[in-house]
Amino acid sequence: MKELKLMKGNEAIAEGAIRCGCDGYFGYPITPQSEILEHLMAEKPYEKTGMVVLQAESEVASINMVYGGAAVGKRVMTTSSSPGVSLMQEGLSYIAGAELPALVVNVVRGGPGLGTIQPSQADYFQSVKGGGHGDYRLITLAPASVQEMYDFVELGFDLAFKYRNPVMILSDGIIGQVMEKVEVGDYKPRWTDDYIVKTYPWAATGKPKSRNHNIITSLQLESDKQEKVNLRLQAKYKECEANEVRYETFQTEDAEYLLIAYGSSARICQKVLQLARKEGIKVGLIRPITLWPFPKQIIHDIGIKTKGILNVEMNAGQMIEDVKLAVECKVPVKHYGRFGGIVPTPSEILNALKNL
Amino acid sequence: MTEEIIIAGFGGQGVLSMGKILAYSGVMQNKEVSWMPSYGPEMRGGTSNVTVIISDERISSPCLNQFDTAIILNQPSMDKFENSVKPGGLLIYDPNGITTHPTRKDINIYQIAAAEEASKIGIAKLFNMIVLGGFLKIKPLVTDEFLKKGLEKSLPARHHGLIPENIKAVEVGKEILKPYHTL
Repeated sequence: MKELKLMKGNEAIAEGAIRCGCDGYFGYPITPQSEILEHLMAEKPYEKTGMVVLQAESEVASINMVYGGAAVGKRVMTTSSSPGVSLMQEGLSYIAGAELPALVVNVVRGGPGLGTIQPSQADYFQSVKGGGHGDYRLITLAPASVQEMYDFVELGFDLAFKYRNPVMILSDGIIGQVMEKVEVGDYKPRWTDDYIVKTYPWAATGKPKSRNHNIITSLQLESDKQEKVNLRLQAKYKECEANEVRYETFQTEDAEYLLIAYGSSARICQKVLQLARKEGIKVGLIRPITLWPFPKQIIHDIGIKTKGILNVEMNAGQMIEDVKLAVECKVPVKHYGRFGGIVPTPSEILNALKNL
Repeated sequence: MTEEIIIAGFGGQGVLSMGKILAYSGVMQNKEVSWMPSYGPEMRGGTSNVTVIISDERISSPCLNQFDTAIILNQPSMDKFENSVKPGGLLIYDPNGITTHPTRKDINIYQIAAAEEASKIGIAKLFNMIVLGGFLKIKPLVTDEFLKKGLEKSLPARHHGLIPENIKAVEVGKEILKPYHTL
């Protein structure tokens, strides 16, 4: 039965994990996402569904616990904020290399370094262009509401297991801290060991006589073997790009100008749309939901019909590179952003739009 | 209908919980709601504010710089938010501790002596509910029935015995609100 709750985005992540049948959470507190661990500890899912909740000694330990849990086919996750996610990059690269499913949530704060605890979107490059070493991709989901924070946990696990690849939920301090209405679902049971053995034959579930060892590793000492791994990864990423692009459009039908923004910036841009339309400016908005795979086709198709595009992010302009590639620089693309935890106001974005 | 509200005061005045009760009452009444706190080191002993939006439609930005209503409970918040009220909008403030009174002529301004009243009748903890009552008198966004449901949802069960007192404080607020400058 569906139930309505008023929750913070961070609490919704925790609730989504418990209710979708997540097996384990390993994390270390950091503002602005500590409510995730707090909510999990308060809800005691280990008494309800048997889900493990563990406060690790560090972010490095957390991601490696996730690596271990994922290797045996369990649905495991960790969450952190920017500096903590930097510490996890080595583990993420290993998980991608070993082709394991895992869910990581980054509630982004201002950087670089320890930066600030206020909202930011400065970790776009880190999420979609690597972050860790090697030719790998993270499926990156950008929620723009508390409901999506809840929904994307289960979606994230589904995608992670479908592609045997780590998934990142790239949120920020606004979506983490804001309280909104959320419709939550029933508690789903965790997968049984039998189910995992049958459904995920790659998992290190213990070797029966009927098959060879399942080896989980990201190390290949022979380069021809490593190249095969890379080719397999690239083929998988192509499939992902063909099937998993998600986005939302707002008033793009008659748009002469286009805003492109994700996450909380996309929410602020919806207000800009209202203000601009009142002044007779025909502007639309595209909100990428998957940052990788990036919705290049729709941005191209709508973008090239406009007079100009304003890319809005709470950073110095990172996604703008993908937007420019998508429209092949056929129309002017400009950036508006604030840094260091400052949230741009609808009016300042409207001014930037007028100066396109 | 969309109502965009900023509630601002000192940390400890119940600014955030007042916003939460209002938001939860909205949820109970099947409205769309958003509750966005200022968070960060400035909250500890300093000013605290929350943006609450209640609407019949999907809510756009949870962060705003223009509001239909500002509920102001200290001088730093008056300095910061008086000019953020939309023309024709509403400003409600507690004159306790206010040294520079609002001067806008294009908005409706009401005073609510909630701090004074709360200490006079010995319900200092319900200060924020008195203020909320004042606001609901001008903008009855949620009915008493849903306010009660909102309180039930936002207070832990062990505090449910206090709900009648909270409702009474809301009634007090409705009585003591007085116009300061109206259009």
